[in-house]
Amino acid sequence: MSQQFTPNNPLPQEAKVPPKMAVFPPEVEAEIERHLAKYPVKRSAILPLMFIVQRERGGYLDPPGVAYLADRLGVRITDIWEVATFYSMINTEPVGRYHFQICRTLSCKILGAGKITEQCTKRLGIKPGETNDDGTFSLSEVECLGSCGTAPMMQIGFDYYENLTTEKVDELIEKCKSGELSNGVR
Amino acid sequence: MFIGAIGCEPLQLRRVSLERSRTLDVYRRNGGYEALRKVLDGMSPDDVIGEVKKSALRGRGGAGFPTGMKWSFVPKDSPKARYVVCNADESEPGTFKDRYLMERDPHLLIEGMLIAGYALGARVNYIYTRGEYRYLIEIMDEALEEARTAGLLGDRVLGTDFNCEIYTHTGAGAYICGEETALLNSLEGLRGHPRMKPPFPAVAGLYGCPTVVNNVETLTAVPDIIKMGGDAYKALGTEKSGGTKLWSVSGHVARPGVYELPMGYDDMEKFIMEDCQGITNGRQLKAVIPGGSSVYIMPAEDIIGRDVRMDYEGLVAAGSMVGSGGFIVLDDTVDVFESTKNLTEFYKHESCGWCTPCREGTDWLVKVFKRIESGGGRPDDAQLLLDIVDNIEGKSFCPLGDAAAWPIQSAIKKFPEDFRRHISNGASGDGGKEGLPTA
Repeated sequence: MSQQFTPNNPLPQEAKVPPKMAVFPPEVEAEIERHLAKYPVKRSAILPLMFIVQRERGGYLDPPGVAYLADRLGVRITDIWEVATFYSMINTEPVGRYHFQICRTLSCKILGAGKITEQCTKRLGIKPGETNDDGTFSLSEVECLGSCGTAPMMQIGFDYYENLTTEKVDELIEKCKSGELSNGVR
Repeated sequence: MFIGAIGCEPLQLRRVSLERSRTLDVYRRNGGYEALRKVLDGMSPDDVIGEVKKSALRGRGGAGFPTGMKWSFVPKDSPKARYVVCNADESEPGTFKDRYLMERDPHLLIEGMLIAGYALGARVNYIYTRGEYRYLIEIMDEALEEARTAGLLGDRVLGTDFNCEIYTHTGAGAYICGEETALLNSLEGLRGHPRMKPPFPAVAGLYGCPTVVNNVETLTAVPDIIKMGGDAYKALGTEKSGGTKLWSVSGHVARPGVYELPMGYDDMEKFIMEDCQGITNGRQLKAVIPGGSSVYIMPAEDIIGRDVRMDYEGLVAAGSMVGSGGFIVLDDTVDVFESTKNLTEFYKHESCGWCTPCREGTDWLVKVFKRIESGGGRPDDAQLLLDIVDNIEGKSFCPLGDAAAWPIQSAIKKFPEDFRRHISNGASGDGGKEGLPTA
């Protein structure tokens, strides 16, 4: 029987076959320790740790990553899923190496967010919510990112790109394709 | 983008344009940590709370609750730990002031939190920053490390017996976590669902301990209040709205930006047409959403020639609210039906799902908007929207429901023509495509 545990079908803690657990190098463990040291209750570190695990596990919380988090924080696997599925920045499925997140909320919308999304769709061949075949790009429309005075804008990973034009989008895409641009994941 | 003060000396934005403004060195050379020194040199916690009360400072995150009063709710005799939590989850559409405060002047926030920590007896404190603002967390971590090395943070602050630590914490993309009890749940590692009040956080907040949650702009006002005294700070504004306020200006204006204005600034028309340099592309002003996406939309005729004072009372009198100061300017190309649909989709996406009126209501609102947009409008659709809104407003667990309701109420009231036009597109046709009931 293969191991299946997803948000809709969580593996109970007492399951006979323990899930495979991710292992991280010492420098990542040290980073995790620094976060845990901030709080009197370990569980408080769940979001900072999820960001680290998804960074280290190819951009999302894969089952071994989830098993690691549950073990490290002393909670059940369902507790990890419960939190992971609430927050839009925690990925429970793979995303592309460059994740274009275009703000769609009012100030960006009235200043041309639609054109930015269209341009990305045209150039990348994917619609919002999709990842391209080789996994290089994902495209998302997201809610207000606090960049209304410099609209329209998008985030690639954690990096802000503001006052966007279609020409700037083309430039960014070229730089991603040549590997010149950081994917903003950290 | 403009960042600066109009109509007053810059207070919170005093240092933002200086070179290397985020370094401890520049901060100290420009009056930094003098307020903390003053507090530790001879003010009691009650003195500090007293000055904040006198200042008439009100919470700048959106709710506008008097800060000094909030602080005084923390029980003095509790044997438990206390916490000061900075709400840097800035997510209200149209709002981006906290971002620049933290980016340009992180030590101002640290000093404000240290003073709050002293006043409230808090020894460990957190800055809850929205996950998308990762670069600000990095800036804050760097500034905190600088402060720690300089003896301003940690054990024996400035050589006194006051110990205080501040840590950064990351959110992960949830508007609801700007609501203070949802924020506390999130900080405890849970889903960001709001909590039942009472008990209020001042009595039972983080880990069940007395906690004060304040917005970045609120905490960064504190050092100046201490330095100049609460009365002097209040005198910068009006009797009921003390001090200055930051306005995040976006949309169809020639000069968007973060503007620091004295409370009671006179008036909104001048602010838009002169200070923000008017509407772009020679268009006409249609409407303003003055306090973040949740507040009532104001049509141009309620602003032009109306002498709207920009403070808590002035905006209420003019039919809206200060909110977070997210000032979105809309020109006459904007269709208010579409702009309201855009915001309703935001609230649907951000509803946390905890309570039925908000979870189901925002979903239904979006369905009705989409049906109207796709040509399936029916004559009584405006009333249908208002009825759904009526089942959300005041009936949801936290204010997110109200925040979703108000833009729709005011948009239908002030811009009925924009709704009528869309609805009548389909009114004579075959009715809705999704088969929704009409009432």
